[in-house]
Amino acid sequence: MSHTLQTKNLHSGYDQNLILKDVSLSIPENKISIIIGSNGCGKSTLLKTMARLLKPTNGDVYLDNKSIYEIPSKKLARTVGLLPQSPIVPEGITVADLVGRGRFPHQSMFSSWSKKDYEAVATALDMMNIAEFSDRHIDELSGGQRQRVWIAMALAQQTNILFLDEPTTYLDITYQVEILDLLKDLNVKYGTTIVMVLHDINLSARYADYLFAVKDGQLIAEGSPNDIVTSELIKETFNLDCHVINDPISNTPLVLPISRYHK
Amino acid sequence: MNNDTLQTIIQSRSKRKRRYIATMVILIVIALALCCAMLMLGNTIYPVKDVIAVLLGEEVKGASFAVGTLRFPRMLAGLLTGFAFGVGGYVFQTMLRNPLANPNVIGITAGSSAAAVFCIVVLQTSNTMISIASVVGGLLTVAIIYGFSRATSFSIGRLILIGIGIQAILNAFISYLMLIAKTHDLPTALRWLSGSLNGAKVETVMPLLILIVICTPILIYFSNHLEMLELGEQAATSLGVSTNRVRIILLITAVLVIALATATTGPIAFISFLAGPIARRIVGAGFSALIPSGLIGVILVLAADLIGQFAFEAHYPVGVITGIIGAPYLIYLLIKMNRKGDI
Repeated sequence: MSHTLQTKNLHSGYDQNLILKDVSLSIPENKISIIIGSNGCGKSTLLKTMARLLKPTNGDVYLDNKSIYEIPSKKLARTVGLLPQSPIVPEGITVADLVGRGRFPHQSMFSSWSKKDYEAVATALDMMNIAEFSDRHIDELSGGQRQRVWIAMALAQQTNILFLDEPTTYLDITYQVEILDLLKDLNVKYGTTIVMVLHDINLSARYADYLFAVKDGQLIAEGSPNDIVTSELIKETFNLDCHVINDPISNTPLVLPISRYHK
Repeated sequence: MNNDTLQTIIQSRSKRKRRYIATMVILIVIALALCCAMLMLGNTIYPVKDVIAVLLGEEVKGASFAVGTLRFPRMLAGLLTGFAFGVGGYVFQTMLRNPLANPNVIGITAGSSAAAVFCIVVLQTSNTMISIASVVGGLLTVAIIYGFSRATSFSIGRLILIGIGIQAILNAFISYLMLIAKTHDLPTALRWLSGSLNGAKVETVMPLLILIVICTPILIYFSNHLEMLELGEQAATSLGVSTNRVRIILLITAVLVIALATATTGPIAFISFLAGPIARRIVGAGFSALIPSGLIGVILVLAADLIGQFAFEAHYPVGVITGIIGAPYLIYLLIKMNRKGDI
């Protein structure tokens, strides 16, 4: 079942510091949406506010036209999931057990695993190609493998909407592509609505069905990469001079920065 | 889904579950054995047969007084406070994701002790008032530490450092009260310094028994929320844990248990600090270490009390023995954490 997510006049920030100003948007259903913008522009704040990690100072976030603050937190967690930027690994936990924690919103009082829980964990492990590590401790894995474990945990949660806060940070280019391919698989196979913050504009243009460009806490453009990624938009969003050409591999826009030494 | 994967994880988890249950049974057996030893050993050693007879309410010459009036309350006090310090410490350490963040190190037991000593020495109040005061003292200390550590933005490191500072102040206050205490109050007040099972009576441990019976199910209910909190604030929230609500419920429940345990036997040093990490190591990360922590607490207190009573020529209170065990571990942990850059 697919769900709709919208924000209306969303204002948000930390303490007295207002970062997000008046953002109203609708997340396209069953699509991959990527939020782009320069450092500190509020893209991560937007993601966190939509995922209920930050309470809006004004405006609201609506799931199926109902404020997410009116939905019990466990129930919400069965529809909306989030992979935080730096989750903490409990000491000595195995891969399967950590992935199993994603089942929390589906479990009743005591955390004994049902057949469904085992199936969800197995599916998530297989999908992320980490079944062979299921008994290993997380501390023994490489950065790319660990990130797949965290995504598997979010998959085991089996939500229709999945937020990811910079899922490819600290990973080398091979792992970045691998993670994004896996997320695309998830989107194609289950119709999961994926919303993420990504730093790499070119990978964003490749994988996103829909882009949101954020500057100074405001939404300045949205649409499919082919429609909105132009040198003007990049100049406005990142204050960067560039050429935009066609990516011959994916037929999406490819941004080539113009650096001072290479004019 | 690949069926092999499913079978692998089912098998491996049920294997670990069996191990978890076996561990639990072993811990219970050890705890029970220590309980028996507490009842059997003393100036006169009574056989199991006599001990059981006394517990069933039969009159056994000599044994009825020694076991029923002296040893049973002592055993019960050790059992209950050990469990209370064990689970309470585990909740703190897990919730704050730091083994140093336990009631012993951050001054909550010192807060309870200070309030109790103040009641004994200055106000000369009844035992009930002392219990109430030490619970209030514990809660107040938490509130102060939490308030200070939130002053700008919340950090667990700051909370621990502030707690250590508060603990030093409270200990100085207790020392001052000892100095001005009347001589006949000193023996009562003294046990608030290190904790002792001496002079335990069934009536004085009853409130703790009732509280543990009420609070343990609450803690068990929230123990899987606690495991989610281990993943960090954001992951826990997105998995559907109402983090603030859960934290407050767990905090208050744990402080109540710890404070009343402190009111019953004094702050038995380091139990709340040692039990959690030992239990965690034994059961692994896949299952809750809450109840195992309580059992380890029981084992530590009873074993330390037996050592204190019988291993040396002089009798030492239980807190002295646990202090000797706990202090080196604290130093070890500080060195280890310092290397990892956790403090």
